[in-house]
Amino acid sequence: MKAKGVIIGIGLLAVAAGGATWALIDRDAGPEIVAARMEPVSFQLPEEAIPAELSDAGAEIVVNNCTACHSLEYVTTQPRGMGEKFWHDEVTKMVKVYGAPVAPADAETIARLLAERFG
Amino acid sequence: MSGIDRRFFVAGAGAALLGAVGKSSGGTLTLPFANGKRPLVTLPGKREMILLTSRPPQLETPFSVFNQGLLTPNDAFFVRYHLSGLPTEIDPRSFRLAIGGHVETPLQLTLDSLRRDFPVSETVAVNQCSGNSRGFVTPRVAGGQLGNGAMGNARWQGVALKHLLAKAGVRTGAAQVTFNGLDNSPADGVADFVKALDIDHALDGEVMVAFAMNGEELPFLNGYPLRLVVPGHFGTYWVKHLSEINVLDAEFDGYWMKTAYRIPDNDCRCVEPGTKPDKTVPISRFSVRSFLTSHQDGAKVSAGQTTELRGIAFSGGDPIKRVLVSPDNGRNWQEAKLGEDLGRYSFREWKLGLKLASGRHALRVRAETAGGETQPMEARWQPAGYMRNVVETTNVEAV
Repeated sequence: MKAKGVIIGIGLLAVAAGGATWALIDRDAGPEIVAARMEPVSFQLPEEAIPAELSDAGAEIVVNNCTACHSLEYVTTQPRGMGEKFWHDEVTKMVKVYGAPVAPADAETIARLLAERFG
Repeated sequence: MSGIDRRFFVAGAGAALLGAVGKSSGGTLTLPFANGKRPLVTLPGKREMILLTSRPPQLETPFSVFNQGLLTPNDAFFVRYHLSGLPTEIDPRSFRLAIGGHVETPLQLTLDSLRRDFPVSETVAVNQCSGNSRGFVTPRVAGGQLGNGAMGNARWQGVALKHLLAKAGVRTGAAQVTFNGLDNSPADGVADFVKALDIDHALDGEVMVAFAMNGEELPFLNGYPLRLVVPGHFGTYWVKHLSEINVLDAEFDGYWMKTAYRIPDNDCRCVEPGTKPDKTVPISRFSVRSFLTSHQDGAKVSAGQTTELRGIAFSGGDPIKRVLVSPDNGRNWQEAKLGEDLGRYSFREWKLGLKLASGRHALRVRAETAGGETQPMEARWQPAGYMRNVVETTNVEAV
């Protein structure tokens, strides 16, 4: 256990300085320190659905490429009617900025298809 | 296909399931902007929340939660990830927080050591996503199309970063400190999510390595077992599953600082809609915001009787001085009564009783800080849709 006097001392200094918003915990009287569980914690990603708008054979190129890195809500929740350039820019960003391994011809096809379906 | 974890090969079947866990009641909620329909789902450790994306998981807090108390419950706190390479299992027994780089003594700290060997402190602070409210931005912009629920207020418990850095011994010439978590990118080309703070900020005593929120260990989806807490600053700096802290003797030039999360380098943090800023800087502190939480848009109230309005206000650290409410779309304003002060980084409650005559009323709410920062009546615009803080409008009808 740390020396309680030192901790309280620092806390008072902080209050005197007026700027600090945190409060050091007095280990005897203050709120309890939250203990660490010592069991492993696991997590599984949630279920993922192919949205109806992309569930036909024609949209396979979108599904197969885009879901390599992320679920398809990234596509379907975007605003609609943004125009061809919007979708072209998004696909270009995925390839150029995020390094998505999509062939240039496929990227063109994907951008065109997204623009057709989502405006 | 090189360098990518292509876990799924998907045939063209409708609604094929790619994962295994997570429940959906089949319920939906429609956020009040175009294409705002979202599923309501229950992920591990969370109550039913608004699903933005499944992989990586991104959840928005249903707005009604903000009317139920000043602290946002852990199971309702929003979730935002950038990269889909989440850890699937974290073993607290073998977990270590590494502190290294431009220091005298690199450290490998256990979760027990953090609690035992350093002064533990608590702070109440709002975390808000840079793109909170992006769905309302007009003209619309690309990105996570969020309503107002990508924010939350919690009591964080942990160790001030300055104590950890003092133990490691920061060497002369330190310029910045970087923060990395256990989540990784799904492909080789994607930059790992690493953020940086200036050394003076890192040592200010407010930045904290937190292991608990609201009296419990961090939920997995909010960064178990450790996350950075950067009071007053946007969530992008609050690195989750924090496992590496590095002191640098130069400015960090990683993608998530140099290219992403940049805002216009001018006073209003804005540009003409549709244009790009000439010069940008990394996003930093919240701008001041306030919300009416007691009444939803379209609510009916009793004409001629006092309607009790309640809401919240917060800022990037400059204390909330007052909150004004307009019953008539900004022509007249009345000062609300402020509630309990949980610190300058917390939500601050406000309340006001208003008598409204029969008919429709556009209620506006506007906060002001001690330093005179206030909210604009007309929304400002920037290409990434960050930092929305327009004076909110809630239409009610008195009958």
